[in-house]
Amino acid sequence: MLKALQIDPGKCTGCKQCEMACSYVNEGEFNVSKSRIRVFDFHEDARFVPYTCTQCDEAWCQQACPVNAITTNEMGVKVVHDNLCVGCKVCTIACPFGTVNYNASTGKVIKCDLCGGDPACASACPTDAITFRDAEQSGFDKMKEWATKTTAGTEPTGPNAPA
Amino acid sequence: MHHVILGAGPAGVTAAETIRKHAPDARITLISGEPEPPYSRMAIPYLLEGKIEEQGTFLRQTDGHYDDKGITYQQGPVTKVDSAAKSLTLADGSTVTYDRMLIATGATPVRPPIEGLDNPGVHTCWTLEDARHIVKHAKPGVPVVLVGAGFIGCIILEALHKMGVNLTVVEMGDRMVPRMLDETAGNMLRHWCEDKGVRVETGALVDAIRSSGEAAPAPAAVEPAKKPGLLSRLFGGGGSPEQVPEPAAAAPSHDHPLTVHLKDGQELPAALVVIAAGVKSNIEFLEGSGVETGHGVKVDPYHATSAEGIYAAGDVAEGINLSTGHNDMLAIQPVAVEHGYIAALNMCGIETAHRGALNMNVLDTLGLISSSFGTWEGIEGGDRATMVDKEANRYIRLEFDGDMLIGAQCVGLTENVGMLRGLIQSHLHLGPWKDKLMESPGRIAEAYVGVVQQPPKTGYTGPKVALPA
Repeated sequence: MLKALQIDPGKCTGCKQCEMACSYVNEGEFNVSKSRIRVFDFHEDARFVPYTCTQCDEAWCQQACPVNAITTNEMGVKVVHDNLCVGCKVCTIACPFGTVNYNASTGKVIKCDLCGGDPACASACPTDAITFRDAEQSGFDKMKEWATKTTAGTEPTGPNAPA
Repeated sequence: MHHVILGAGPAGVTAAETIRKHAPDARITLISGEPEPPYSRMAIPYLLEGKIEEQGTFLRQTDGHYDDKGITYQQGPVTKVDSAAKSLTLADGSTVTYDRMLIATGATPVRPPIEGLDNPGVHTCWTLEDARHIVKHAKPGVPVVLVGAGFIGCIILEALHKMGVNLTVVEMGDRMVPRMLDETAGNMLRHWCEDKGVRVETGALVDAIRSSGEAAPAPAAVEPAKKPGLLSRLFGGGGSPEQVPEPAAAAPSHDHPLTVHLKDGQELPAALVVIAAGVKSNIEFLEGSGVETGHGVKVDPYHATSAEGIYAAGDVAEGINLSTGHNDMLAIQPVAVEHGYIAALNMCGIETAHRGALNMNVLDTLGLISSSFGTWEGIEGGDRATMVDKEANRYIRLEFDGDMLIGAQCVGLTENVGMLRGLIQSHLHLGPWKDKLMESPGRIAEAYVGVVQQPPKTGYTGPKVALPA
């Protein structure tokens, strides 16, 4: 069974340890601006929302890539291949969730790849706001439902869904 | 069932793969217009600057991909279509019959009415073959004139600059990328480029491109220019002619093979002229085929054309523009893929209407990144929010219809930029976030997450309250 990040904003305290862990594991530095997960702070509502790629079925980024540099691995994860990425940034505008970002220091794009199956953000989260568990039991449905609404076609899987 | 796809760009390849997924037993033939494996034009600038080899431009990177999918890859191009006989003729005279056909023949560069476009050293930058020619000429330090600073022109601009040429860009419009960015953003790009040593001539028209050996025609009043030409040739003769670092200002004479004459009288020396003056759909071969065309091939929401069994996708098709609801040509990669996917489903009998594609572009101009989405120019009666920081080269402009975002453009902003597409395409009502964005347009990511992930309406809320499992 595929596993996915389950994010429960209600449990997030905004400590940003997920961002630190992500940037350290993936970029080798404690630099939250290079984190692939981001915690949004809605201070008016006293609410924090961790946010990252949902590895969506539509895979807008993958479909938009002109050089096949983003592929889906056996765990359903959309992975950027640095050796193929030319840095054209089309995926960064194609992803309607805004979770693929350009890294100017490498000239490539970065996105969450679940750290190869052991996501550092989930390990670092002290309150279980981010957990890594079976996709079908996760609170992913809301995101997926929303993703469906944004598709350009009328069929439930969207125009860019790997058929 | 024989599915024949004309054109091996993103639309054609996506369609072929999608048909295979839904019709495991169908026969699929993909006919290319060029003697290359299916590749991406978008990757050509990165090939020019040496970031990748030719293989890196290929649309699919796995060896034997098309064979594995049972897709027959064949060289065209197609010269004639007979929709009554469901047959088409290839350039070599052979014929192919089809049950369903997809026209995904893309576009070709427009050749503006400029004298001397056929001179050696004048190239478009569209195909791998063009790229091979450009690489030969674009040596460090040589003067290069780029005609056109539209979206494609600006991508080529970046590549030429990285190749180290002495670059002048000539744009007919009043600013750079006039169809993607407004004046504020376009001028930011211009100043940025000029700071990096690129000469930018806007509002400029090219009159002629003359070979330097060629005597100037009828109005031969260029006599005074001839003498220093000889002198510089004499001086240049002893040194290395390729390495003469021409100053940005155009000398009236030079020892480079081409001279670009502008309408205002300026003369620009050039070892290479690259033409990027827009593209037009490849529809000539459809004359008399029974397929209705305008600027491109007319399609219905199912991407079917007026001829039975024939569909169209990508740059060649006039698909629905999500922003306007009208049929329009949006010649961009993500739209080509969407079209190819939708058309393929319909070709397989899975009825799927296209809701429309969103126009969007992202551009990296010598490190300054800009993007635009949807109706970036706004609508009458809609609200507009802008944030300009000229010092920092940052700019955001948002356009609203009521409390919905309908268009946006950014300079110097890349973080979570796709959310702009998300907000525009999903027609989400921003509610209270609209006013916050009017005040601070930079809060777009917060607005997006705030709207999409609203707090639960019932049950426990608040950050420090752990929900019972």
